[in-house]
This record gives sequence, C-alpha cells and structure tokens, in this order.
Amino acid sequence: MKQFSLYLPWLLVLAACTYGRWALAGASDIVLNENCPPGFQNSDGHCKLRNLYQMYPSLENAGVGGLKTGLPAYRDGFSPQQIDLGRYLFFDPALSADGTVSCASCHQPDRGFADGRGRSVGVSGEAMRRSAPSLWNVAFGQRFFWDARAGSLEEQMQGPLYDEHEMATNPEQLLRSLNDIPMYRELFRQAWPRDFESADAQIRLDQIYSALTAFQASLISLNSRYDQYAHGYADALTEPEKEGMNVFRSFVARCAECHTPPLFTNQQIAVIGTPDPEGMPFDPGASESLGEPTLRGGFKVPSLRNIALTAPYMHSGRFETLREAAAFYTGGRGHAVPAGEELKIHWHIWEPNLSDEELDRLVDFLQTLTDESFKPAEPLELPSGMRPVHNTIALEGVIPENGVPSDE
Amino acid sequence: MNKISIITGAVILLAGGYYLGKSGQQPATVIKVDSQPKAAFTSTGVEEMAGVQGATVRSLVTPTSGELIVVKDGESIQDAVVAASPGAVIKVMPGTYKETVYIDKDNITLSGVIEQGKYPILEGEGLRNDAVLYSGNGVTVENLYITHYKGNGIMGQAGNNFIIRNNFIVDTGVYGIFPQLGKNGIVSHNIVSGIEDAAIYVGMSDHVDVVFNQVFDSVAGIEIENSRHSLVESNFVYNNTGGILAFVTPGLPIKTCGDVLIRNNFIVDNNHENFAIPGSLVSNIPAGTGVLVMACDDVVVEGNIITGNNSVGITLTDFSLAGNAANDPDSEPNPNRPRILNNIMQDNGNDPAPAVRAVLAAMLETTGPDIVDTVGMDDGCILNPERYRTIGLDKYTECEFSTTANVASYTLPEPVPARSMEDVDKGKLVYYGVCAGCHAYGSRMVGPPTQIIQALYMDNPEGIAEYAANPVKKREDYPDMPPQSHLDDETRMAAARYMLKVTN
Repeated sequence: MKQFSLYLPWLLVLAACTYGRWALAGASDIVLNENCPPGFQNSDGHCKLRNLYQMYPSLENAGVGGLKTGLPAYRDGFSPQQIDLGRYLFFDPALSADGTVSCASCHQPDRGFADGRGRSVGVSGEAMRRSAPSLWNVAFGQRFFWDARAGSLEEQMQGPLYDEHEMATNPEQLLRSLNDIPMYRELFRQAWPRDFESADAQIRLDQIYSALTAFQASLISLNSRYDQYAHGYADALTEPEKEGMNVFRSFVARCAECHTPPLFTNQQIAVIGTPDPEGMPFDPGASESLGEPTLRGGFKVPSLRNIALTAPYMHSGRFETLREAAAFYTGGRGHAVPAGEELKIHWHIWEPNLSDEELDRLVDFLQTLTDESFKPAEPLELPSGMRPVHNTIALEGVIPENGVPSDE
Repeated sequence: MNKISIITGAVILLAGGYYLGKSGQQPATVIKVDSQPKAAFTSTGVEEMAGVQGATVRSLVTPTSGELIVVKDGESIQDAVVAASPGAVIKVMPGTYKETVYIDKDNITLSGVIEQGKYPILEGEGLRNDAVLYSGNGVTVENLYITHYKGNGIMGQAGNNFIIRNNFIVDTGVYGIFPQLGKNGIVSHNIVSGIEDAAIYVGMSDHVDVVFNQVFDSVAGIEIENSRHSLVESNFVYNNTGGILAFVTPGLPIKTCGDVLIRNNFIVDNNHENFAIPGSLVSNIPAGTGVLVMACDDVVVEGNIITGNNSVGITLTDFSLAGNAANDPDSEPNPNRPRILNNIMQDNGNDPAPAVRAVLAAMLETTGPDIVDTVGMDDGCILNPERYRTIGLDKYTECEFSTTANVASYTLPEPVPARSMEDVDKGKLVYYGVCAGCHAYGSRMVGPPTQIIQALYMDNPEGIAEYAANPVKKREDYPDMPPQSHLDDETRMAAARYMLKVTN
C-alpha cells in the first residue's frame, strides 16, 4: 500500500498530462457566457437578482419574517462573464497547492454545495474541525464561517484557499499558477476587458476573489415547494408537511425564531450546545473568533434551504439525519454539554417535549425546502487543462508546470 | 442553579445603584411655578407621523369583501380559513374548538360570536402548540376565549396591519399575544392571565399600540422588545412578576428598541412569584417589579399609577440583568435617554424580593426605591424627582416637555402597503425568478429558448399562460415541462406578457 502510494502521484501526473493535452486543445476556445445565470436579469452587463420575494416588504429591511417577507441585503450586479469565470475557478484544482482539491471538493453541486462529510477534508487528507456549509444563497450572507469570522465572501474564501490543511496555496503561488495559464489570462481579459488592454497585464488577487464571489452569489435557491406555498399556492404542501410547518413555526418547537423565513436563518450566533463527535475536543466557536467569552460554543445559525441534501448536520456533523438533528432540540436544555462547560445556552433552547410524530412532521417540512432548479452546469473542461476533482475527494496529484503538460 | 443565577443577576442589577445611591443626599425640594409652557414632545415616531394629525385615532380596519363564513360548534375553524378568500369574515359561534388555526392569507377577520356571555373556546388541552398563527397582512382576531395551549395564544409572524382585540387568554403557555416582525397593529381590550413569559409581547415590530388590556397572574405583563414606536397606554397590569417591560434582547436580528411610550397605565401589586421557564430572560425579573426598561432607548414613562410593587417601581438597566444570555457585540446595552414624566408612585419596595433585599441590606436599606437606574445614565430626564425615592438618578436633568399628549397613537394613518415597490413588475420577477430556470433567451437550457416561444406565441400571452398551467408534451427532444399552476392566473399572464417582450 505504501509503495503504491509512492507511485500514485506519478501515475496521476501521467494521466493529467495525457488528459491535459486533450483538454487544452478544447479549452483553447473557451468563451465566457454572455448571459446571466437563471434568477438574474442582464441589465447593461450587470446581472441583477430578480425574485418574487422582491415584491414583499420586510421590517427594518432585515429580511426576516414570515411567508411573504422580503429578502435581506444581497450581492449581485456582477457581469455574466465574471460569474462564468468564477464557475471555472470554482471547479479548477489549479487553485490548490498541489492540484488535488478545488472549491467544489468541499462544496459539491450534487451534495447541496456541501460535501456529505461531518468534517471536511483538504489537501492534507486530514479531517478538519468543522463541516463545509452549503453555498446555496450565500449572496444573502452577512457573515461567513460557522464562527462568523468573515464579513464578506471575498474575505471568507481566503480562509480555505490559504489554509495549510485545505487548499494550502498562498497568494504568490495562486497568482503565479493562474498567470502562467494562458487560457486564464484570456478569460480574465474577457471578464475585465479594460484591465487587460495592455498585453502584459497580470491577473490580480482581487479579480480572483471577485469572480469566485460572483459565481457563489449566483447560487439562488428560492423555488422550493415551500416557496410556492409562501407565494400563495396552498396545495404546494401536503397536509403532513403543513403540520410540520406549523410545528416548525410554533412557539413550542420555536425553529422559526432562529431559522427565520425567507432564508430560514436570522444570521445570528446562537449557543445551543450541540455535541461534537466522540473524542473531539469541545469547539468554542464564536467566543474565539469574536473575542466574546459569553459566546462560547456559539455558531452562526445556518440556513435550512436545501438542508435535506447536506447531511450530516451541525458544525461538526454529529447528527447523521434530519430526524436526529431535530430530536436534539427536544432533548432538554444543555443535555449534551460536556461536563465542566458553563455555556450561556440560548433562551429558545428549552424542553418543548415534541412527540415522535411531531419530529416526523418537522422532517417532512424540512424536505419541502429543497430546490436545485438553478443548479449551475459543471464545466466539462477546465482552463488549466486539469481534470475536475470534486467527485474524487483529495486525490493526490501535481499541478502541471505553467499549466502545460510537462512533456511538451 | 437557577435560583443562584437569579440572585446573582439581581445583585449585579442593584450593585450599580448602591454605588450611585451613596453619592449624595436628596437636595431640598424646589417649589416653582412654570411661567412658560414646556416644549412639545418630539421623537422619530412623531416626525414620521407628522402631518397626519386629525386622522381618526387607530382607524385601522381589516378590509372585508362581504364574504361571510359561519363556523358552528363541532366544525373546524381551519376548514373555514382554507375556504376563505381575502376579505372574508369568519364568524365562530360559541362552542369548543380543539385545533390550531393558521392564517396564511391577507385580510381575514376571525371573529367570535358572543351569546349571553358565552364565547367560542379554543381548547389546547395541554397538547396543542399554538391557538392562532397568522402570517397574512390585515388580519383581525377578536372575541375568542383561548386556553390550555402549550405555546402561544395568538402569534403573528410578519403580518402587518393586524388587530388583536377583545380576547380572553387564560392559562396558556409561553406568550398570550405575540405579534412578531409586524408593522402597524393594535392589541386592545384583551384579558390575559396565567402566562409563564409575557402575557402580551410585542417582538421586533414597529408602530404597535397596546391599549386597554387587563393583564395579570403572568411572569411579565406587557413586554415591548426590540421594537420601535410603540404606545402602551391605559392597561391594567397587576399581580405579575414584572408589570410593563421595554427590552432589547441581545442576539436578535433587529437590534434596536426605542420610542416606547408607557402612559396612563395602572401598574399595581406586581408581586407574583417568578414561574418563568428556566433560561428565559424573564426568569431574571425579581418579583415586585413595576416597570423594567432594559437597554431600550427613548422610553417615556408618563401618567402611570405605579403602586404596591414590592421590589422597585421603575427599574432602568442594561444587559447585566440578562446574565444568563450570551452578549451580542452588535447590541447597544444602555437604556439611553430615559424620560420619566409625572407618575403616581406609592407603596413600592415594601417587601423586596430576596435578591433585591440582599442588595438593599448592604446599603442599610430595607425598602426598595420607586425608581432605580442601575447604569446611572447621564442623558435621562425626570419631572419632579423630589416626589420619589430614587437611586442612580443623580445625573438626570429636568425634562423639557411635560406630556406626550401630542401622540394619540403610534399606529399609522394608512395601512402598510402589501408590496414594497409600487412599480414592481411581477411578470419580470416571475420570468427571471422562476421561468429562467429552464428558459434562456437565445439558447437551449432545459426547455426551448424564449426566442422560439416568442416566435410561436407573438401576440398570444394567454396561450403561454394557459400552456404553462397545464403543459402537454410537444417536443420529443425536450423533457416534460412541470406545470406552473402554483402561480395564479394573473401571475402567469404577467409572466407570459413579460416573456414576449424580453430582448436578451
């Protein structure tokens, strides 16, 4: 086994070279999409979000409320080309130190833009401390990471890009990798024509961050059956699902107090005292990132949209199923807090004494929040000439020199 | 454990007062006669309401269409709601109804019929969660007797222009009446008792009047939380743990509380033992609290009769009271600019709760004050401070106004419009927000390109709208179109019209 693994990188280099040569020929004529993705109107070259929720007001413009409540502030206005460039970057393992991991490795389109793991794995092959969150509707996010330590997508992405266990690259290497790939220089020129009027113009970090932000902000999921109900179609939900919705928003279960429509998050930090996996040290969460001791064990309230696609659940994936996750809330205040931890458990965590049937109905309702109708297509070929890796997590491999197969 | 945390909270609560209370003796009473009238009361709410004086006070009504549905004993109220169209009046006859009623429609009047003093009873049997949930705008809930639910009696989630009146809510769960995230509403003439948190709780809402209610035997009588422009007037609030509260609760998405007028209420004998749910914010309230202002700004306390509250008449404080909750770095903790006008205060602090008594003992006091400011705010004002026993008000100045009578109501003269944008093009939002998932302008996505549809239908949006509601297979090489009948006729027509004029 050990011996084999020594050979594996070389095998992959060979594979990548062979594949790369083929792909490069095809990739040479990539033209970025000049149309906005679904959900957006092209308004003078800017993709503007258009959605039925824009019909509704929201108190203090906070974007939290009930069925017919407007959305919180969001990111849009990127050009179609910037969004499409972001899509290529997102799937391209050339962004990682050794070409083994792309953004999509932990944010897989077919897994709700999460990875199906309790704790994510990066280039090092080790499980990280926390799980990869879904990227659906991050356009509406105000704070990012489970511990809310980033205030923008641009800031957020520098975490995984440069973390030694995740994508493990650094700004210099990232710029060098992309600038050395002629196709990327061509695509960045298409996305920012004015910045590339001079022949020796270089790709900049802020452009990389913008393109990835543009793509991520295009991942809109607001057309679930729940949404059809919210907009007024009463038959969109079955009777058991409506019962579940009423449990969800009741002041007994109180789910909607933090997972507030329309995004099913109020974007606040809550200390709820969920357990980490056996044997893992207690994760202090937001008390560390925000320097507020009373937020020990606090995490950002995640959106529940597409939640049925992103098991396992909670910040380190302790719960395998939605049913287990829902049942946590009826286990009693602080029932899973490790001995010796004094947490300021959120006041909505109490003892609602939900019945088994109510828990089943909650799960029924949560499944109505699934909508992937705007799921973007995965690129068939990548500007780097590399192969997409997100369906084969953490393959070892080597990024080709200059983006060009080394046998040339 | 819980008891200790209550005591700790109260010690912190009054510790500031102790320090401030020792800082000086009460100055001699100054007798004076104002030679000039005081300034008029101003606030952001007053400015917002400017120019609408003369409108009938609280003229809000739920629009009706003439549709009437009568529900008789043995029938289901929810069935009537399902059958109702916006504008319907649902009349519920006396009887016992064991259900949760949810109203996800606009302009519904749910109205009990009272015969010979007999109300329709919503009976939760200790099993059901909430009695009435509404999310629609323009909902009225009136004349019901609600009892034995586990959650709330009447709960609103984001409905605007609501009216909740003339209901009895007895021995029911967490909140009696809880409009949340709504704008422009009236809570009046309700009789609410036996609630383990707030009997009437206005949460994250704007422009709500809470008037003429009778509220007793609950942990908190009336609570205005993270809300702006609220008038709490002419309520009879007695034998609760705490009478009337204006709070910022940390950790909520709407962070401010302000411009709350607490006026002309009877706030009497609020000495009930605290029976709140462990962990809740109100579990920190010492029994015997009349008015409690925590972190809420620009609160005016005027014309109330505040008597017989055994710990403190009026308490102004910061988050130190909420010692069992995590801090929120984005919430400002101080009760800024408190205004205490003339109130009648008597017999407060006679038998302080144990935690309060412990703190008072350290100050060589045995009775609680009429008014305490545990922060020692320097931007507060008070009229005739010599009338009261106070702690921590040393930096208060004399208020520049003596009445808020120029505010007859904080409800809006016109209902909040149902839509945020006047000129919103619904067809455009549906086309891009729904149709575009399958139809791109010039290229094939899942379904045929919009250009091809335009060529086929030209001047026939009806054809598109009709087809979309009930598609039949037309093209072998395309997947079946899912029916769009979840969009109503008008919406599908709007989308079809827009689809025919798209140019890119």
